Amino acid sequence: MSDKKPERRDFLFTASYAVGAVGVAAVVWPLVDQMNPDASVKALASTEVDVSSLKPGNTITVLWRGKPVFIRRRTQKEIAEARSVKMEDLIHPEKDEDRAKNPEWLVMLGVCTHLGCVPLNDKGDYDGWFCPCHGSHYDTSGRIRKGPAPWNMEVPKYEFVNANTIKIG
Amino acid sequence: MSDHEYTPKSRAGKWFNDRLPLLTLANHLTDYPTPKNLNYWWTFGGILTFCLITQIVTGLTLAMHYIAHADMAFESVEHIMRDVNYGWLIRYIHANGASMFFLAVYIHIFRSLFYGSYKSPREIIWIIGIIIYLLMMAAAFMGYVLPWGQMSFWGATVITNLFSAIPFVGEGIVTWLWGGYSVDNPTLTRFFTLHYLIPFLILGLVVLHIWALHVPGNNNPVGIDIKKPSKDTVPFHPYIVIKDGFALLMFMIVFAFFVFYAPNILGHADNYIEANPLVTPAHIVPEWYLLPFYAILRSVPDKLLGVVAMLSAILILAVLPWLDTSKIRSAVFRPLYKQFYWILVADVLILGYMGAMPAEGLYLLIARVATAYYFLHFLVILPVLGLKERTIPLPLSITEPVLGGSPNMAMAKKKESKLE
Repeated sequence: MSDKKPERRDFLFTASYAVGAVGVAAVVWPLVDQMNPDASVKALASTEVDVSSLKPGNTITVLWRGKPVFIRRRTQKEIAEARSVKMEDLIHPEKDEDRAKNPEWLVMLGVCTHLGCVPLNDKGDYDGWFCPCHGSHYDTSGRIRKGPAPWNMEVPKYEFVNANTIKIG
Repeated sequence: MSDHEYTPKSRAGKWFNDRLPLLTLANHLTDYPTPKNLNYWWTFGGILTFCLITQIVTGLTLAMHYIAHADMAFESVEHIMRDVNYGWLIRYIHANGASMFFLAVYIHIFRSLFYGSYKSPREIIWIIGIIIYLLMMAAAFMGYVLPWGQMSFWGATVITNLFSAIPFVGEGIVTWLWGGYSVDNPTLTRFFTLHYLIPFLILGLVVLHIWALHVPGNNNPVGIDIKKPSKDTVPFHPYIVIKDGFALLMFMIVFAFFVFYAPNILGHADNYIEANPLVTPAHIVPEWYLLPFYAILRSVPDKLLGVVAMLSAILILAVLPWLDTSKIRSAVFRPLYKQFYWILVADVLILGYMGAMPAEGLYLLIARVATAYYFLHFLVILPVLGLKERTIPLPLSITEPVLGGSPNMAMAKKKESKLE
Protein backbone atom coordinates (compact mmCIF):
# COMPACT_ATOMS: atom_id res chain seq x y z
CA MET A 1 0.00 0.00 0.00
CA SER A 2 2.59 2.53 1.14
CA ASP A 3 4.79 2.39 -1.96
CA LYS A 4 1.79 2.68 -4.27
CA LYS A 5 1.43 5.98 -6.07
CA PRO A 6 -1.57 8.04 -4.95
CA GLU A 7 -4.35 7.67 -7.44
CA ARG A 8 -7.60 9.43 -8.16
CA ARG A 9 -9.47 7.35 -5.59
CA ASP A 10 -7.12 8.47 -2.76
CA PHE A 11 -7.78 12.05 -3.71
CA LEU A 12 -11.52 11.39 -3.57
CA PHE A 13 -11.24 9.83 -0.09
CA THR A 14 -9.23 12.74 1.29
CA ALA A 15 -11.55 15.30 -0.26
CA SER A 16 -14.63 13.50 1.15
CA TYR A 17 -13.18 13.34 4.68
CA ALA A 18 -12.30 17.05 4.53
CA VAL A 19 -15.77 18.09 3.41
CA GLY A 20 -17.29 15.76 6.03
CA ALA A 21 -15.16 17.32 8.79
CA VAL A 22 -16.22 20.84 7.81
CA GLY A 23 -19.86 19.71 7.78
CA VAL A 24 -19.58 18.16 11.24
CA ALA A 25 -17.91 21.29 12.65
CA ALA A 26 -20.63 23.48 11.13
CA VAL A 27 -23.31 21.39 12.82
CA VAL A 28 -21.52 21.12 16.17
CA TRP A 29 -20.90 24.86 16.61
CA PRO A 30 -24.56 25.91 16.99
CA LEU A 31 -25.03 23.07 19.48
CA VAL A 32 -22.11 24.38 21.56
CA ASP A 33 -22.84 28.08 21.18
CA GLN A 34 -26.47 27.75 22.30
CA MET A 35 -25.10 27.35 25.83
CA ASN A 36 -23.50 30.82 25.82
CA PRO A 37 -25.41 33.79 27.33
CA ASP A 38 -28.50 34.47 25.21
CA ALA A 39 -29.79 37.81 23.96
CA SER A 40 -32.16 38.31 26.91
CA VAL A 41 -29.34 37.73 29.42
CA LYS A 42 -27.05 40.12 27.58
CA ALA A 43 -29.84 42.73 27.46
CA LEU A 44 -29.75 43.10 31.26
CA ALA A 45 -26.41 44.84 30.97
CA SER A 46 -26.86 47.89 33.23
CA THR A 47 -28.64 48.86 36.40
CA GLU A 48 -29.11 52.20 38.24
CA VAL A 49 -28.83 52.51 42.02
CA ASP A 50 -29.92 55.31 44.33
CA VAL A 51 -27.19 55.79 46.94
CA SER A 52 -28.50 58.93 48.67
CA SER A 53 -29.29 57.06 51.90
CA LEU A 54 -25.76 55.74 52.43
CA LYS A 55 -23.80 57.21 55.33
CA PRO A 56 -20.00 56.86 55.61
CA GLY A 57 -19.17 53.35 56.72
CA ASN A 58 -22.29 51.87 55.13
CA THR A 59 -22.39 49.26 52.40
CA ILE A 60 -25.27 48.20 50.19
CA THR A 61 -25.36 45.16 47.99
CA VAL A 62 -27.24 45.24 44.71
CA LEU A 63 -27.77 42.58 42.09
CA TRP A 64 -26.23 43.20 38.66
CA ARG A 65 -26.21 40.46 36.00
CA GLY A 66 -27.12 37.98 38.74
CA LYS A 67 -24.08 38.92 40.78
CA PRO A 68 -23.87 41.02 43.95
CA VAL A 69 -22.20 44.44 43.67
CA PHE A 70 -20.89 46.11 46.83
CA ILE A 71 -21.30 49.88 47.01
CA ARG A 72 -19.49 51.24 50.04
CA ARG A 73 -19.28 54.80 51.22
CA ARG A 74 -15.90 54.68 52.91
CA THR A 75 -14.83 56.56 56.05
CA GLN A 76 -11.77 58.82 56.01
CA LYS A 77 -9.90 56.24 58.09
CA GLU A 78 -10.60 53.51 55.53
CA ILE A 79 -9.52 55.70 52.65
CA ALA A 80 -6.29 56.61 54.45
CA GLU A 81 -5.68 52.93 55.19
CA ALA A 82 -6.25 51.89 51.57
CA ARG A 83 -4.05 54.64 50.15
CA SER A 84 -1.11 54.09 52.52
CA VAL A 85 -0.48 50.46 51.48
CA LYS A 86 2.79 49.87 49.66
CA MET A 87 2.47 48.25 46.23
CA GLU A 88 5.03 45.54 47.06
CA ASP A 89 2.79 44.28 49.91
CA LEU A 90 0.00 43.43 47.49
CA ILE A 91 -0.67 40.07 45.84
CA HIS A 92 -2.37 41.78 42.90
CA PRO A 93 -0.90 45.31 42.87
CA GLU A 94 -3.47 47.99 42.04
CA LYS A 95 -3.53 51.55 43.34
CA ASP A 96 -6.56 52.52 45.40
CA GLU A 97 -6.71 55.72 43.30
CA ASP A 98 -7.38 53.54 40.24
CA ARG A 99 -10.00 51.40 41.96
CA ALA A 100 -11.99 54.28 43.53
CA LYS A 101 -11.91 57.38 41.34
CA ASN A 102 -14.01 59.18 43.90
CA PRO A 103 -12.22 58.06 47.10
CA GLU A 104 -15.39 58.08 49.18
CA TRP A 105 -17.11 55.52 46.96
CA LEU A 106 -15.93 51.98 46.38
CA VAL A 107 -17.95 50.02 43.83
CA MET A 108 -16.96 46.44 43.08
CA LEU A 109 -18.31 42.97 42.35
CA GLY A 110 -18.96 41.29 45.68
CA VAL A 111 -17.59 38.04 44.35
CA CYS A 112 -14.53 36.36 45.78
CA THR A 113 -12.07 35.73 42.94
CA HIS A 114 -11.27 32.32 44.36
CA LEU A 115 -14.43 30.31 43.77
CA GLY A 116 -17.17 32.93 43.63
CA CYS A 117 -18.60 33.18 47.16
CA VAL A 118 -19.84 36.50 48.56
CA PRO A 119 -17.34 37.92 51.10
CA LEU A 120 -18.61 39.40 54.38
CA ASN A 121 -18.39 43.13 55.20
CA ASP A 122 -16.18 44.60 57.94
CA LYS A 123 -14.44 41.32 58.58
CA GLY A 124 -10.99 39.86 58.21
CA ASP A 125 -7.47 40.91 59.15
CA TYR A 126 -7.44 44.01 56.91
CA ASP A 127 -10.69 45.76 58.00
CA GLY A 128 -12.28 45.09 54.64
CA TRP A 129 -13.92 41.84 53.59
CA PHE A 130 -13.51 38.20 54.50
CA CYS A 131 -14.67 35.24 52.42
CA PRO A 132 -16.11 32.52 54.65
CA CYS A 133 -15.74 29.75 52.08
CA HIS A 134 -11.99 29.35 51.88
CA GLY A 135 -10.63 32.20 54.02
CA SER A 136 -9.56 35.04 51.69
CA HIS A 137 -8.96 38.45 53.33
CA TYR A 138 -9.54 41.70 51.41
CA ASP A 139 -8.55 45.24 52.49
CA THR A 140 -10.61 48.44 52.52
CA SER A 141 -10.00 48.78 48.80
CA GLY A 142 -11.25 45.23 48.09
CA ARG A 143 -7.73 44.06 47.31
CA ILE A 144 -6.70 40.50 48.14
CA ARG A 145 -4.20 40.44 51.00
CA LYS A 146 -4.25 36.90 52.34
CA GLY A 147 -5.77 33.55 51.33
CA PRO A 148 -6.29 31.50 48.17
CA ALA A 149 -7.97 34.14 45.95
CA PRO A 150 -5.64 35.20 43.12
CA TRP A 151 -6.99 38.70 42.29
CA ASN A 152 -8.59 41.77 43.82
CA MET A 153 -12.37 41.99 43.70
CA GLU A 154 -13.30 43.27 40.27
CA VAL A 155 -14.35 46.88 39.76
CA PRO A 156 -17.11 46.95 37.13
CA LYS A 157 -17.71 49.78 34.67
CA TYR A 158 -19.85 52.38 36.49
CA GLU A 159 -20.55 56.11 36.55
CA PHE A 160 -22.38 58.72 38.62
CA VAL A 161 -25.44 59.74 36.63
CA ASN A 162 -26.00 62.50 39.21
CA ALA A 163 -24.87 63.07 42.81
CA ASN A 164 -27.21 60.38 44.16
CA THR A 165 -27.34 57.76 41.43
CA ILE A 166 -24.77 55.24 40.26
CA LYS A 167 -25.20 53.44 36.96
CA ILE A 168 -23.45 50.07 36.87
CA GLY A 169 -22.58 48.51 33.52
CA MET B 1 -17.82 -15.60 26.98
CA SER B 2 -19.48 -18.99 27.20
CA ASP B 3 -17.07 -21.82 26.60
CA HIS B 4 -19.71 -24.18 25.30
CA GLU B 5 -22.33 -24.05 22.58
CA TYR B 6 -25.94 -23.63 23.68
CA THR B 7 -29.06 -24.78 21.87
CA PRO B 8 -32.53 -23.98 23.22
CA LYS B 9 -34.69 -27.03 23.89
CA SER B 10 -37.96 -25.81 22.38
CA ARG B 11 -38.40 -25.33 18.65
CA ALA B 12 -39.74 -21.80 19.14
CA GLY B 13 -36.74 -20.97 21.31
CA LYS B 14 -34.38 -22.32 18.69
CA TRP B 15 -36.19 -20.37 15.96
CA PHE B 16 -35.89 -17.14 17.96
CA ASN B 17 -32.33 -17.76 19.12
CA ASP B 18 -31.12 -18.38 15.57
CA ARG B 19 -32.37 -14.88 14.69
CA LEU B 20 -31.43 -13.05 17.91
CA PRO B 21 -29.24 -15.04 20.33
CA LEU B 22 -30.74 -13.55 23.49
CA LEU B 23 -31.27 -17.03 24.97
CA THR B 24 -27.58 -17.79 24.48
CA LEU B 25 -26.82 -14.61 26.42
CA ALA B 26 -29.27 -15.56 29.18
CA ASN B 27 -27.71 -19.03 29.36
CA HIS B 28 -24.24 -17.53 29.56
CA LEU B 29 -25.30 -15.26 32.44
CA THR B 30 -26.92 -18.18 34.30
CA ASP B 31 -24.07 -20.66 33.88
CA TYR B 32 -21.29 -18.08 34.12
CA PRO B 33 -18.55 -19.87 36.09
CA THR B 34 -17.73 -17.90 39.25
CA PRO B 35 -14.88 -18.59 41.71
CA LYS B 36 -16.37 -20.48 44.61
CA ASN B 37 -14.36 -18.56 47.22
CA LEU B 38 -15.94 -15.14 46.57
CA ASN B 39 -16.69 -13.42 49.89
CA TYR B 40 -19.32 -10.81 50.75
CA TRP B 41 -17.11 -7.95 49.52
CA TRP B 42 -17.91 -9.28 46.05
CA THR B 43 -21.64 -8.69 46.41
CA PHE B 44 -21.40 -4.94 45.89
CA GLY B 45 -21.52 -5.21 42.09
CA GLY B 46 -25.08 -6.48 42.36
CA ILE B 47 -25.89 -3.92 45.05
CA LEU B 48 -24.62 -1.13 42.77
CA THR B 49 -26.84 -2.35 39.94
CA PHE B 50 -29.76 -2.15 42.35
CA CYS B 51 -28.73 1.39 43.33
CA LEU B 52 -28.56 2.53 39.71
CA ILE B 53 -31.99 1.12 38.89
CA THR B 54 -33.45 2.65 42.07
CA GLN B 55 -32.07 6.08 41.14
CA ILE B 56 -33.41 5.81 37.58
CA VAL B 57 -36.91 4.73 38.66
CA THR B 58 -37.26 7.28 41.48
CA GLY B 59 -35.66 9.96 39.28
CA LEU B 60 -38.14 9.36 36.47
CA THR B 61 -41.09 9.65 38.85
CA LEU B 62 -39.69 12.81 40.50
CA ALA B 63 -39.23 14.38 37.06
CA MET B 64 -43.00 14.06 36.55
CA HIS B 65 -43.52 16.65 39.32
CA TYR B 66 -40.33 18.72 39.43
CA ILE B 67 -40.13 22.04 37.55
CA ALA B 68 -36.69 23.07 36.34
CA HIS B 69 -37.03 26.84 36.68
CA ALA B 70 -35.19 29.16 39.06
CA ASP B 71 -38.47 30.68 40.28
CA MET B 72 -40.31 27.40 40.74
CA ALA B 73 -37.78 24.64 41.43
CA PHE B 74 -37.61 25.16 45.20
CA GLU B 75 -41.40 25.28 45.53
CA SER B 76 -41.91 22.29 43.26
CA VAL B 77 -39.65 20.22 45.53
CA GLU B 78 -41.71 21.29 48.54
CA HIS B 79 -44.80 20.44 46.49
CA ILE B 80 -43.40 16.94 45.97
CA MET B 81 -42.74 16.65 49.71
CA ARG B 82 -46.18 17.87 50.84
CA ASP B 83 -48.75 17.32 48.10
CA VAL B 84 -47.69 14.54 45.73
CA ASN B 85 -48.86 11.08 46.80
CA TYR B 86 -45.84 9.35 48.34
CA GLY B 87 -43.73 12.22 47.01
CA TRP B 88 -41.85 12.42 50.30
CA LEU B 89 -40.97 8.73 50.03
CA ILE B 90 -39.80 8.89 46.44
CA ARG B 91 -37.70 11.99 47.08
CA TYR B 92 -36.14 10.62 50.25
CA ILE B 93 -35.28 7.37 48.47
CA HIS B 94 -33.72 9.33 45.61
CA ALA B 95 -31.75 11.72 47.88
CA ASN B 96 -30.52 9.02 50.26
CA GLY B 97 -30.13 6.63 47.32
CA ALA B 98 -27.33 8.85 46.04
CA SER B 99 -25.50 8.45 49.34
CA MET B 100 -26.12 4.70 49.39
CA PHE B 101 -24.85 4.49 45.80
CA PHE B 102 -21.58 6.17 46.83
CA LEU B 103 -21.29 4.09 49.98
CA ALA B 104 -21.53 0.94 47.85
CA VAL B 105 -19.18 2.24 45.17
CA TYR B 106 -16.50 3.12 47.74
CA ILE B 107 -16.68 -0.38 49.22
CA HIS B 108 -16.55 -1.79 45.68
CA ILE B 109 -13.46 0.32 44.81
CA PHE B 110 -11.64 -0.48 48.06
CA ARG B 111 -12.39 -4.19 47.59
CA SER B 112 -10.70 -3.92 44.21
CA LEU B 113 -7.72 -2.15 45.81
CA PHE B 114 -7.35 -4.83 48.48
CA TYR B 115 -7.60 -7.86 46.21
CA GLY B 116 -5.79 -6.31 43.23
CA SER B 117 -8.77 -6.69 40.90
CA TYR B 118 -7.50 -3.79 38.76
CA LYS B 119 -4.41 -5.73 37.66
CA SER B 120 -3.83 -7.55 34.38
CA PRO B 121 -5.94 -8.79 32.66
CA ARG B 122 -8.69 -6.60 34.20
CA GLU B 123 -7.37 -3.07 33.49
CA ILE B 124 -10.21 -2.17 31.10
CA ILE B 125 -12.87 -3.21 33.65
CA TRP B 126 -11.13 -0.95 36.16
CA ILE B 127 -10.85 2.05 33.81
CA ILE B 128 -14.52 1.77 32.79
CA GLY B 129 -15.28 1.68 36.51
CA ILE B 130 -13.36 4.92 37.09
CA ILE B 131 -15.29 6.58 34.23
CA ILE B 132 -18.55 5.41 35.83
CA TYR B 133 -17.36 6.86 39.15
CA LEU B 134 -16.58 10.23 37.50
CA LEU B 135 -20.02 10.27 35.86
CA MET B 136 -21.60 9.41 39.22
CA MET B 137 -19.93 12.43 40.78
CA ALA B 138 -21.13 14.67 37.94
CA ALA B 139 -24.69 13.33 38.23
CA ALA B 140 -24.70 13.68 42.02
CA PHE B 141 -23.38 17.24 41.89
CA MET B 142 -25.94 18.33 39.28
CA GLY B 143 -28.75 16.56 41.10
CA TYR B 144 -27.87 18.41 44.28
CA VAL B 145 -28.30 21.72 42.41
CA LEU B 146 -31.87 20.95 41.28
CA PRO B 147 -33.77 21.74 44.55
CA TRP B 148 -32.36 25.30 44.21
CA GLY B 149 -31.64 25.77 47.90
CA GLN B 150 -28.73 27.74 49.31
CA MET B 151 -26.31 24.81 49.22
CA SER B 152 -27.47 23.98 45.69
CA PHE B 153 -26.78 27.48 44.47
CA TRP B 154 -23.46 28.05 46.22
CA GLY B 155 -22.23 24.53 45.60
CA ALA B 156 -22.90 25.09 41.90
CA THR B 157 -21.13 28.45 42.06
CA VAL B 158 -18.02 27.07 43.74
CA ILE B 159 -17.73 23.94 41.59
CA THR B 160 -18.30 25.72 38.25
CA ASN B 161 -15.78 28.37 39.34
CA LEU B 162 -13.16 25.61 39.50
CA PHE B 163 -13.01 25.92 35.70
CA SER B 164 -12.04 29.60 35.99
CA ALA B 165 -8.65 28.36 37.21
CA ILE B 166 -7.80 27.29 33.64
CA PRO B 167 -5.44 29.94 32.21
CA PHE B 168 -6.75 32.29 29.46
CA VAL B 169 -9.98 30.46 28.53
CA GLY B 170 -11.21 29.77 32.09
CA GLU B 171 -13.57 32.74 32.42
CA GLY B 172 -15.06 32.05 28.97
CA ILE B 173 -15.68 28.42 29.88
CA VAL B 174 -17.42 29.38 33.13
CA THR B 175 -19.71 31.85 31.32
CA TRP B 176 -20.47 29.14 28.78
CA LEU B 177 -21.28 26.62 31.54
CA TRP B 178 -23.57 29.14 33.25
CA GLY B 179 -25.21 30.52 30.13
CA GLY B 180 -24.97 33.92 31.80
CA TYR B 181 -22.81 35.92 34.19
CA SER B 182 -23.73 33.92 37.27
CA VAL B 183 -25.43 30.66 38.20
CA ASP B 184 -29.04 31.30 37.17
CA ASN B 185 -32.01 29.82 35.36
CA PRO B 186 -30.07 28.75 32.21
CA THR B 187 -27.64 26.89 34.48
CA LEU B 188 -30.49 25.11 36.25
CA THR B 189 -32.21 23.91 33.06
CA ARG B 190 -29.02 22.51 31.55
CA PHE B 191 -28.07 20.80 34.79
CA PHE B 192 -31.50 19.16 34.83
CA THR B 193 -31.02 17.93 31.26
CA LEU B 194 -27.58 16.49 32.00
CA HIS B 195 -28.70 15.02 35.32
CA TYR B 196 -31.38 13.17 33.36
CA LEU B 197 -28.93 11.99 30.70
CA ILE B 198 -25.99 10.75 32.80
CA PRO B 199 -27.68 7.75 34.48
CA PHE B 200 -28.34 6.27 31.05
CA LEU B 201 -24.70 6.80 30.07
CA ILE B 202 -23.76 5.02 33.29
CA LEU B 203 -26.16 2.20 32.42
CA GLY B 204 -24.42 1.75 29.06
CA LEU B 205 -21.01 1.73 30.73
CA VAL B 206 -22.22 -0.80 33.30
CA VAL B 207 -23.03 -3.16 30.40
CA LEU B 208 -19.46 -2.70 29.09
CA HIS B 209 -18.09 -3.10 32.64
CA ILE B 210 -19.85 -6.47 33.02
CA TRP B 211 -19.00 -7.53 29.47
CA ALA B 212 -15.31 -6.81 30.12
CA LEU B 213 -15.62 -8.72 33.41
CA HIS B 214 -17.02 -11.79 31.72
CA VAL B 215 -14.01 -12.11 29.41
CA PRO B 216 -11.40 -13.03 32.06
CA GLY B 217 -13.99 -13.84 34.76
CA ASN B 218 -14.03 -12.66 38.37
CA ASN B 219 -10.94 -12.09 40.44
CA ASN B 220 -11.18 -13.79 43.84
CA PRO B 221 -9.88 -13.34 47.40
CA VAL B 222 -6.84 -15.51 46.70
CA GLY B 223 -6.16 -13.54 43.54
CA ILE B 224 -4.81 -16.41 41.44
CA ASP B 225 -5.99 -17.41 37.97
CA ILE B 226 -8.49 -20.21 37.92
CA LYS B 227 -9.50 -22.56 35.19
CA LYS B 228 -13.12 -22.22 34.22
CA PRO B 229 -15.28 -24.13 34.36
CA SER B 230 -13.57 -26.39 36.90
CA LYS B 231 -13.90 -27.54 40.50
CA ASP B 232 -12.80 -24.03 41.48
CA THR B 233 -15.97 -22.47 40.08
CA VAL B 234 -19.71 -22.57 40.68
CA PRO B 235 -22.38 -21.43 38.22
CA PHE B 236 -23.60 -17.87 38.80
CA HIS B 237 -27.16 -19.13 39.22
CA PRO B 238 -28.19 -20.12 41.85
CA TYR B 239 -25.04 -19.86 43.99
CA ILE B 240 -24.03 -16.23 43.45
CA VAL B 241 -27.57 -15.01 42.83
CA ILE B 242 -28.68 -16.14 46.28
CA LYS B 243 -25.55 -14.75 47.97
CA ASP B 244 -25.93 -11.39 46.19
CA GLY B 245 -29.61 -11.41 47.09
CA PHE B 246 -28.91 -11.93 50.78
CA ALA B 247 -26.29 -9.14 50.82
CA LEU B 248 -28.73 -6.87 49.00
CA LEU B 249 -31.34 -7.48 51.71
CA MET B 250 -28.84 -6.48 54.41
CA PHE B 251 -27.94 -3.38 52.40
CA MET B 252 -31.61 -2.46 52.00
CA ILE B 253 -32.02 -2.50 55.78
CA VAL B 254 -29.34 0.19 56.07
CA PHE B 255 -30.90 2.07 53.13
CA ALA B 256 -34.36 1.92 54.72
CA PHE B 257 -32.98 3.11 58.05
CA PHE B 258 -31.80 6.34 56.44
CA VAL B 259 -34.96 6.80 54.35
CA PHE B 260 -37.39 6.27 57.23
CA TYR B 261 -35.50 7.29 60.37
CA ALA B 262 -32.85 9.83 59.35
CA PRO B 263 -33.77 11.10 55.89
CA ASN B 264 -32.00 14.45 56.28
CA ILE B 265 -28.99 13.45 58.33
CA LEU B 266 -26.73 13.23 55.28
CA GLY B 267 -27.92 16.56 53.86
CA HIS B 268 -27.49 20.17 54.98
CA ALA B 269 -30.15 22.27 56.68
CA ASP B 270 -29.08 25.26 54.55
CA ASN B 271 -30.57 23.57 51.50
CA TYR B 272 -34.06 24.10 52.92
CA ILE B 273 -33.50 27.86 52.42
CA GLU B 274 -34.24 29.02 48.90
CA ALA B 275 -31.25 30.08 46.78
CA ASN B 276 -30.17 33.67 47.39
CA PRO B 277 -27.42 35.08 45.15
CA LEU B 278 -26.68 37.87 47.67
CA VAL B 279 -25.81 35.73 50.69
CA THR B 280 -23.31 32.92 50.89
CA PRO B 281 -23.93 30.40 53.70
CA ALA B 282 -21.33 30.69 56.44
CA HIS B 283 -19.92 27.25 55.77
CA ILE B 284 -20.13 25.66 52.34
CA VAL B 285 -19.54 21.92 52.36
CA PRO B 286 -20.17 19.42 49.59
CA GLU B 287 -21.99 16.14 50.22
CA TRP B 288 -20.02 13.67 52.32
CA TYR B 289 -18.96 11.50 49.38
CA LEU B 290 -16.99 14.36 47.80
CA LEU B 291 -15.29 15.54 51.00
CA PRO B 292 -11.87 13.86 50.57
CA PHE B 293 -11.40 15.55 47.22
CA TYR B 294 -12.67 18.85 48.60
CA ALA B 295 -10.04 18.61 51.35
CA ILE B 296 -7.34 18.09 48.71
CA LEU B 297 -8.60 21.14 46.78
CA ARG B 298 -8.43 23.35 49.85
CA SER B 299 -5.09 22.09 51.12
CA VAL B 300 -3.23 23.61 48.15
CA PRO B 301 -2.83 27.39 48.63
CA ASP B 302 -2.84 28.13 44.86
CA LYS B 303 -6.13 28.22 42.92
CA LEU B 304 -4.98 26.47 39.72
CA LEU B 305 -2.74 23.95 41.50
CA GLY B 306 -5.55 23.15 43.95
CA VAL B 307 -7.86 22.23 41.09
CA VAL B 308 -5.09 20.24 39.38
CA ALA B 309 -4.39 18.33 42.61
CA MET B 310 -8.06 17.50 43.10
CA LEU B 311 -8.52 16.19 39.56
CA SER B 312 -5.22 14.28 39.71
CA ALA B 313 -6.35 12.57 42.89
CA ILE B 314 -9.18 10.95 40.90
CA LEU B 315 -7.44 10.46 37.56
CA ILE B 316 -4.41 8.82 39.19
CA LEU B 317 -6.69 5.86 39.85
CA ALA B 318 -7.06 5.30 36.09
CA VAL B 319 -3.33 4.55 35.74
CA LEU B 320 -3.19 2.49 38.93
CA PRO B 321 -2.76 -0.84 37.05
CA TRP B 322 0.58 0.49 35.80
CA LEU B 323 1.66 2.22 39.00
CA ASP B 324 1.32 -0.98 41.01
CA THR B 325 4.30 -3.03 39.85
CA SER B 326 3.50 -6.14 41.90
CA LYS B 327 2.38 -9.21 39.97
CA ILE B 328 0.66 -10.61 43.08
CA ARG B 329 -2.97 -9.50 43.13
CA SER B 330 -4.36 -10.24 46.57
CA ALA B 331 -3.15 -8.29 49.62
CA VAL B 332 -3.52 -11.57 51.54
CA PHE B 333 -0.10 -12.56 50.14
CA ARG B 334 1.46 -9.09 50.39
CA PRO B 335 2.16 -8.43 54.09
CA LEU B 336 3.59 -4.94 53.54
CA TYR B 337 1.01 -3.84 50.99
CA LYS B 338 -1.72 -4.94 53.37
CA GLN B 339 -0.46 -2.44 55.97
CA PHE B 340 -0.11 0.39 53.45
CA TYR B 341 -3.61 -0.41 52.21
CA TRP B 342 -5.09 0.21 55.65
CA ILE B 343 -3.02 3.38 56.03
CA LEU B 344 -4.52 4.58 52.73
CA VAL B 345 -8.04 3.80 53.97
CA ALA B 346 -7.32 5.82 57.13
CA ASP B 347 -5.77 8.60 55.03
CA VAL B 348 -8.89 8.92 52.85
CA LEU B 349 -11.15 8.92 55.94
CA ILE B 350 -8.99 11.64 57.54
CA LEU B 351 -9.18 13.68 54.32
CA GLY B 352 -12.95 13.30 54.38
CA TYR B 353 -13.13 14.56 57.95
CA MET B 354 -10.84 17.52 57.19
CA GLY B 355 -13.00 18.37 54.16
CA ALA B 356 -15.94 18.89 56.51
CA MET B 357 -13.96 21.12 58.89
CA PRO B 358 -13.01 24.77 58.29
CA ALA B 359 -9.78 25.16 56.30
CA GLU B 360 -7.62 26.73 58.99
CA GLY B 361 -5.06 26.00 61.68
CA LEU B 362 -4.48 22.39 62.63
CA TYR B 363 -7.21 21.10 60.29
CA LEU B 364 -5.42 22.62 57.31
CA LEU B 365 -2.08 21.20 58.41
CA ILE B 366 -3.48 17.68 58.80
CA ALA B 367 -5.26 17.97 55.44
CA ARG B 368 -1.96 18.94 53.80
CA VAL B 369 -0.08 16.00 55.29
CA ALA B 370 -2.90 13.62 54.30
CA THR B 371 -2.94 15.04 50.75
CA ALA B 372 0.81 14.56 50.42
CA TYR B 373 0.49 11.00 51.71
CA TYR B 374 -2.33 10.19 49.26
CA PHE B 375 -0.08 11.00 46.30
CA LEU B 376 2.93 9.38 47.96
CA HIS B 377 0.97 6.13 48.23
CA PHE B 378 0.22 5.92 44.51
CA LEU B 379 3.34 7.54 43.04
CA VAL B 380 6.10 6.19 45.30
CA ILE B 381 4.98 3.46 47.70
CA LEU B 382 3.10 1.28 45.19
CA PRO B 383 5.79 1.25 42.43
CA VAL B 384 8.62 0.61 44.91
CA LEU B 385 6.71 -1.92 46.99
CA GLY B 386 6.03 -4.13 43.98
CA LEU B 387 9.76 -4.45 43.36
CA LYS B 388 10.99 -4.78 46.97
CA GLU B 389 8.27 -6.65 48.83
CA ARG B 390 8.82 -10.24 49.92
CA THR B 391 5.46 -11.90 49.29
CA ILE B 392 3.95 -15.05 50.78
CA PRO B 393 3.94 -18.04 48.37
CA LEU B 394 0.66 -18.38 46.48
CA PRO B 395 -1.43 -21.54 46.83
CA LEU B 396 -1.74 -23.73 43.75
CA SER B 397 -5.49 -23.42 43.58
CA ILE B 398 -8.27 -21.70 45.47
CA THR B 399 -9.27 -25.11 46.82
CA GLU B 400 -5.88 -25.73 48.45
CA PRO B 401 -6.17 -23.27 51.38
CA VAL B 402 -9.75 -24.48 51.99
CA LEU B 403 -8.82 -28.15 52.25
CA GLY B 404 -5.73 -27.37 54.30
CA GLY B 405 -3.62 -28.10 51.26
CA SER B 406 -0.82 -30.49 50.93
CA PRO B 407 2.57 -29.40 52.24
CA ASN B 408 3.99 -31.63 49.56
CA MET B 409 4.04 -29.50 46.42
CA ALA B 410 4.56 -32.46 44.11
CA MET B 411 1.54 -34.23 45.49
CA ALA B 412 -0.62 -31.13 45.27
CA LYS B 413 0.43 -30.67 41.67
CA LYS B 414 -0.48 -34.27 40.91
CA LYS B 415 -3.89 -33.73 42.46
CA GLU B 416 -4.32 -30.64 40.28
CA SER B 417 -3.46 -32.46 37.09
CA LYS B 418 -5.97 -35.20 37.96
CA LEU B 419 -8.69 -32.60 38.29
CA GLU B 420 -8.13 -31.28 34.78
